[in-house]
Amino acid sequence: MKYDIILSGVGGQGVLSLAAIIATAAMADGLKVRQSEVHGMAQRGGAVQAHLRISDSTIHGDLIGRGKADMILSMEPVESLRYLDYLKPDGILVTSEDPFENIPDYPDLERIYSTIKSLPKSRLLKAKELAKEAGSMRATNMVIIGAAAGELPLGEDSIINAVKDLFKSKGQAVIDTNIRAFKLGGGNIS
Amino acid sequence: MSDFVLLGDEAVALGAIDAGISAAYGYPGTPSTEIMEYLLGHSNETDGPRANWCSNEKTAYEAAVGCSMVGQRALVTMKHVGLNVAADPFMNSPLMDIQGGLVLAVADDPGQHSSQNEQDSRFYADFAKIICLEPRNQQEAYEMTKEAFELSERFHIPVMLKLVTRLSHSRAVVTRGKKREENKMEKFKNKTGWITLPGISRKAWSHILEQQQEFLEYTENSEYNPLVINGDLKEYGVITTGLARNYYDENLEELTVKPSHLHISAYPIPEEKVKKLAEAVDRIVVIEEGYPLVERLLRGILPGEKVINGKMDAVVPPTGELNPDNIRPALGLAASEGLSIAAGNLPGRPPQLCRGCPHEDSFNALNDVLADFNESIVTSDIGCYTLGYLPPYNAIETALCMGASITMARGASDAGFHPVIAVIGDSTFMHSGLTGLVDAVSRNVNMTVMILDNSTTAMTGGQDTIVSSSGLKQAVLGLGVDPDHVKEFSPLPKNRKENAEIIRKEIEYKGISVIIPIRECIQTLKKKKGTKKEVNK
Repeated sequence: MKYDIILSGVGGQGVLSLAAIIATAAMADGLKVRQSEVHGMAQRGGAVQAHLRISDSTIHGDLIGRGKADMILSMEPVESLRYLDYLKPDGILVTSEDPFENIPDYPDLERIYSTIKSLPKSRLLKAKELAKEAGSMRATNMVIIGAAAGELPLGEDSIINAVKDLFKSKGQAVIDTNIRAFKLGGGNIS
Repeated sequence: MSDFVLLGDEAVALGAIDAGISAAYGYPGTPSTEIMEYLLGHSNETDGPRANWCSNEKTAYEAAVGCSMVGQRALVTMKHVGLNVAADPFMNSPLMDIQGGLVLAVADDPGQHSSQNEQDSRFYADFAKIICLEPRNQQEAYEMTKEAFELSERFHIPVMLKLVTRLSHSRAVVTRGKKREENKMEKFKNKTGWITLPGISRKAWSHILEQQQEFLEYTENSEYNPLVINGDLKEYGVITTGLARNYYDENLEELTVKPSHLHISAYPIPEEKVKKLAEAVDRIVVIEEGYPLVERLLRGILPGEKVINGKMDAVVPPTGELNPDNIRPALGLAASEGLSIAAGNLPGRPPQLCRGCPHEDSFNALNDVLADFNESIVTSDIGCYTLGYLPPYNAIETALCMGASITMARGASDAGFHPVIAVIGDSTFMHSGLTGLVDAVSRNVNMTVMILDNSTTAMTGGQDTIVSSSGLKQAVLGLGVDPDHVKEFSPLPKNRKENAEIIRKEIEYKGISVIIPIRECIQTLKKKKGTKKEVNK
């Protein structure tokens, strides 16, 4: 078994904590993990991506090849399309529909949405709205993980434990909010 | 023993701890920063080895040499261009009779994710005639760090550990081995071992040249340079270095017959192994992460019998970083294809200053003043503020290397250009700006220096600066700048007009003046507030 994920978003959106949760869950399931991150200048409000590779056998490198990703997991609709050529023909794209508009030439959102919907497999989420419903906008990335969870080769319990682990220093209320957001993400596909 | 999930950088730090280092020194620089950050965290928690950020890479390197001089092991960390700054002590340190293991961990940035060039540090190791180890995964990063210290003490030389971004900033599981005790502190006995008077260093240089054979024996026999010959395929063989091996392995299952293969991760280049590979094949494909170091040597100048393919004939992309896709043509594999649906034209999203960044207010005030001049030059430097080149600011015009804002401004002003403004950050000023300012003061050069003081090394993630804000002005005054022309202000939107007035007056002043806009980086401010909240709970 081998499962390759490209994570994308804008610097500061919490792309790395998305990756951390999935990686922690995969390791709890006894799988091998490699994760490539972006640090430094690119983190300042620019496009960021991370490669996360999960496998039950040796993973040779940190980078995923073009056309080899099983999933694109994104915090932002334009950023979800930036690495589209990495997706397998039967791969799935999961993204928040909420735009992060920090560039002057931000494209027409309807065109972006219709490209996403034209893919063989995709999920477009009202992630901010669902996070708000769960109790905090800061849990937006948990909504995204919730939407991806069913596709990942991981036990749901392992993912929930990883969420608990990440937020254990912040108290039970924060953990509960994040788990609510995770569950809302799982059932709400627009 | 125990398993850890670590960044490549952190694996180096753990390797250094387990190698029994007594000290680590460095200057922040992506992608090397996390080595020291791990060690700083470790020393806070466990009273472990001393870990200190230094003013620049040169001072860091020299401190590490000093630690070796008294018999203890020291690690020094920097990014690839940082080694240019430390090149003076680096090039001379092989001439020292290294006692405590001295390891330089230097992180290159092929693809220039966060750097001004993609120079390959292996050339420096070759230049200094020392051993270089180049790990390709986190486990090797851990183990080779320990090995590097052993080699340093065995051959009495500094050893280079060469990293790249994709290793430094990738996470994987590392299995930890035994921890070695620190060396006892003991002053060197060899009186000619630590001085570079020509008569003495001539001998030391000859000694290093004699040692090359021993280094080669090590690399010829090292398991870090594995050679596998496949007698069934004579048409071509492959040499990989660094992370190229990972991408090669990734594609290997698509090759029906596996070629003979030499992977090199310990240098000097194991020449006998290269010859053995060459005997077995007609053509050699060299896939190197970085510049073509091995390939260049193989090609030479005079025509050889073997066909060589690599970066120099663009069979492998000559610039940027390698990946599993762009090495496929070199292996005779078709390009891999993805989804047939196109994303359409997407606008780029370059990095930019954070909302509320103090630099924005400094740039706005400066631009207000310069709008009244037909022509002006704003030289700048390396840091977050380099992003001030981009719209909407279009505030700065040059960035050469750390500290060059001040010295380039001096050159332009000497030539008669006016107005010339040098924009530099507080950490960069302490790194390489001081000496340039001394030069400018000595001739009372007609220019204005703006030291943007955000009280941190922001671009690399907010490391503490060597000198606090209050110390910065003292340093400037101490260098001899006229106190009437050293001005501080707070870069905030509400102060824009009066700040612009201060800048205007100092530009009009015929001589050297220094303006220090002071306001903390909003990222470090946020972090501090976050920590406070946690503590209050």
